[in-house]
Amino acid sequence: MTRSSVRRAADVGAPVFAALGDATRLQVVARLSAHGPLSITRLAEGGDVTRQAVTKHLQVLASACLVTSARAGRENVWRLERRGLDDARQVLDVISREWDATIGRLKAYVEG
Amino acid sequence: MTSDRIEKQTTLRAPVARVWSAISNAQEFGAWFGVTFDGPFVAGQRIVGRITPTTVDPEVAALQAPHAGKPFDIVVDRIEAPRLFSFRWHPYAVEPGVDYSAEPTTLVTFELTAIEGGMRLVITETGFDAIPLARRAVAFTANDGGWTHQARLIGLYVHGHDS
Repeated sequence: MTRSSVRRAADVGAPVFAALGDATRLQVVARLSAHGPLSITRLAEGGDVTRQAVTKHLQVLASACLVTSARAGRENVWRLERRGLDDARQVLDVISREWDATIGRLKAYVEG
Repeated sequence: MTSDRIEKQTTLRAPVARVWSAISNAQEFGAWFGVTFDGPFVAGQRIVGRITPTTVDPEVAALQAPHAGKPFDIVVDRIEAPRLFSFRWHPYAVEPGVDYSAEPTTLVTFELTAIEGGMRLVITETGFDAIPLARRAVAFTANDGGWTHQARLIGLYVHGHDS
C-alpha cells in the first residue's frame, strides 16, 4: 500500500475509525465476532449498558457499515459485516503488506 | 493464497554473509526490524526484546515511536547458517496488559538461496488458522492509537469496500 493510498483510505475510513474508537463498541464487535449474530437483548446482557445504549452503539457501527441487522422472529439480530472486519483472507492481505514494509527495511539495511 | 499462510519473496543485492548476519544476529535484526534485544538468538529459546524505532526509515520510526519500550516476545525456532532462520510469535499481540502466552503462535521462517548478484529471501508465516477469530477481531479493533492496527484497519476498510 502506497502512502497516498493510505492517506486516501484514512480520509474515507474516518467513520470506521470513529465507530471503533469506543470501548463499548469494541466489546460489541468482539461479542458479535465470538457469539454473533445476537439480539440487542443478548448484547445488553451481563453488562452495565442499557438496551438503549446498545441500540445507539449499533446504529453508529451500522452507519460505518461494520454491522447489519436482520429480522428473526419478533426481534432484530445483529451480525458483523464479515467482509469488513474478520475475513481471514483480508486479514492476511493486510499482514502481508506489513511484511512488504518490513522487507523494505531489511533491503535498505543490507544493501545500504 | 490460503487463510493459513503468507509467503513473501524478495531479492537482496548483498553478499550471503551480510544478509545472514542481518537476519540471524539479534542486534542487527533489531536495527532494521525496530526492536532491541539484550542477548543473542538461540535456537529453541525465548527472547523478549523491546520495541525501538527502526534506524533505516525515519517515517516508519516516527510511527513506531509511541510503542517504544513495549515488549516484543518471540521463541527462536531454528538457526541453520546460512540459509534458514525461524521463530514463533503472537501475530495479534497488540493489546497492552494481555497475557498471550496460552494462545497459539504463528511460525515465521526466513529462507535464503544464493542467486546471481545476491540472495533470494523467502519469508513465510504460517499458523493463522489456529488463531481464534475473536482474538483477531479484538486485535484489529483495539484502539490504543497503535500504528500496526491502524494500518490493518485501513487495509480491512479498503478491501472490505473495494471487493
